[in-house]
Amino acid sequence: MNTSMIASAAKPIVEAIDVHKSFGSLEVLKGINLTVGKGEVVCLLGPSGSGKSTFLRCINHLERMTAGRILVDGQLIGYHERGDTLHEMSGKELAVQRRDIGMVFQRFNLFAHQDVLTNISQPPVLNRGKSRDEAVARARELLKMVDLEGRGSAYPYQLSGGQQQRVAIARALAMNPKLMLFDEPTSALDPELVGEVLNVMRKLAADGMTMIVVTHELSFAREVADRIVFMDRGVVVEEGPAREVLDNPKQERTQAFLRRMH
Amino acid sequence: MTSKKIIPARNWGQRVIAALLIAVVALLVFMVGTSRHINWSAVPQYILDDTILDGIRLTILFTILSMVISVVAGAILATMRLASNPVLSGFASLYIWFFRGTPLLVQIIFWFNIQLFIPSIDIGSIHIDTNSIVTAFVAALLALSLNEAAYMAEIIRGGLLAVDNGQQEAAKALGYTPVQSMLRIIFPQALRVIIPPIGNQTISMLKTTSLVSVVAAQDLLTRAQNIYARNFLIIELLIVASIWYLVMTTVASAIQLVIESRLGKSTNQAPGLLQGALRLMRAEGRNG
Repeated sequence: MNTSMIASAAKPIVEAIDVHKSFGSLEVLKGINLTVGKGEVVCLLGPSGSGKSTFLRCINHLERMTAGRILVDGQLIGYHERGDTLHEMSGKELAVQRRDIGMVFQRFNLFAHQDVLTNISQPPVLNRGKSRDEAVARARELLKMVDLEGRGSAYPYQLSGGQQQRVAIARALAMNPKLMLFDEPTSALDPELVGEVLNVMRKLAADGMTMIVVTHELSFAREVADRIVFMDRGVVVEEGPAREVLDNPKQERTQAFLRRMH
Repeated sequence: MTSKKIIPARNWGQRVIAALLIAVVALLVFMVGTSRHINWSAVPQYILDDTILDGIRLTILFTILSMVISVVAGAILATMRLASNPVLSGFASLYIWFFRGTPLLVQIIFWFNIQLFIPSIDIGSIHIDTNSIVTAFVAALLALSLNEAAYMAEIIRGGLLAVDNGQQEAAKALGYTPVQSMLRIIFPQALRVIIPPIGNQTISMLKTTSLVSVVAAQDLLTRAQNIYARNFLIIELLIVASIWYLVMTTVASAIQLVIESRLGKSTNQAPGLLQGALRLMRAEGRNG
């Protein structure tokens, strides 16, 4: 409670207002409200099918919401507002908005035909107007940050899942995003590789990056998250400071979920 | 321990059939070789004939031009087919349905006779006789290209669909415009799937061009026909043409083998031949 009040007092980075999303007749988001302040780390927890990934994907308009609005840094995402109507942006306009929002996927999604250095350095050259040298230098710095110094010439298929995911984080960071979205970043990893990815995310959080993380890693959430949002069946069931939600859940659905996770 | 000699199974059935096969082929060769009705000396006489060589040049020209045109048109059709707009995807489907559903031979004759219902093109004061534009060459090229484009569209669509959807999502999330994402991320990866069938189509096209002889488009077969219309050495000139078709398809197959082995080696890099094309696409992508 406390943290979210602080968050909303400062200028929020993300403001989601009554977000609805249906796939056909199936309503997966039934009015989500969420405010995330600058530098805040929010973990979205919940059983699979609760809509947390869908909600995350609405934030950078990878998913088109059915109703509601999402603002990132004060800017309406995905739409132009004209009077009573919202007009969806063109692909080009969406691209411009997405440049400020980093995203890390469950399945890494590194560009398979490019080496690691190109994966990281090409986006800022294309979409931030950086020079190649500048972008490559920055890419090397980022590789060092994710403990993959010297692996720039490797191709994604030559790397382990954990290494690929760290490259994916470095690639997202190269665009200097205001916000990072993580969509189950460790769910596709072998258990022994989860730690290395979480370590990088810890570093990021400590550096003050604003992060929204969909995860099943409760210990990570407990340690790193400022706030936990628990979702089930398309609604936010409970939210609050990490320890409060994890150790003292008030809602029955949260309690049941946490019991199953232990 | 005594080790005994091992004798593999004899497979007598296969041996009998093989012997029969040899006998039949030998008989056939003997019959053709000793036939009094085939003038064998005509084959070396015509194999390097100027008319024949000229026909080969045209056959190769038809193959290259129609493949280039059909790859470009096919890429456009494939992109349209995958578009969300129903008119665009509907048009592409209709095109593919029509051009794959009617015989190429019919299409060639159709284009050659187009002046029957479009006798001339009139734009303002400009008057152009259709016949003066749609020559046998143009008709043949149009028919081959437009028909091949339908097959190419399906090949390219298959290649585009083979690229994992996550690649496009990552490109989107990194702020790539749709054009950039297509040219820099999706298409280069689709190429690896697309190149081998394009090779097959090219080899097939070398032979398919012979169909344009029905409109006397001066390809290899047309030239052979022209010669045997005068001297009646029909089989001899068909043998000459066949030898050349075999040479061309063999060379094309060898080239395909080289390209595919390169594709296989560097699973994650475009083959050298394609680097130029990729560089072009990158330059385009930058504008996207």
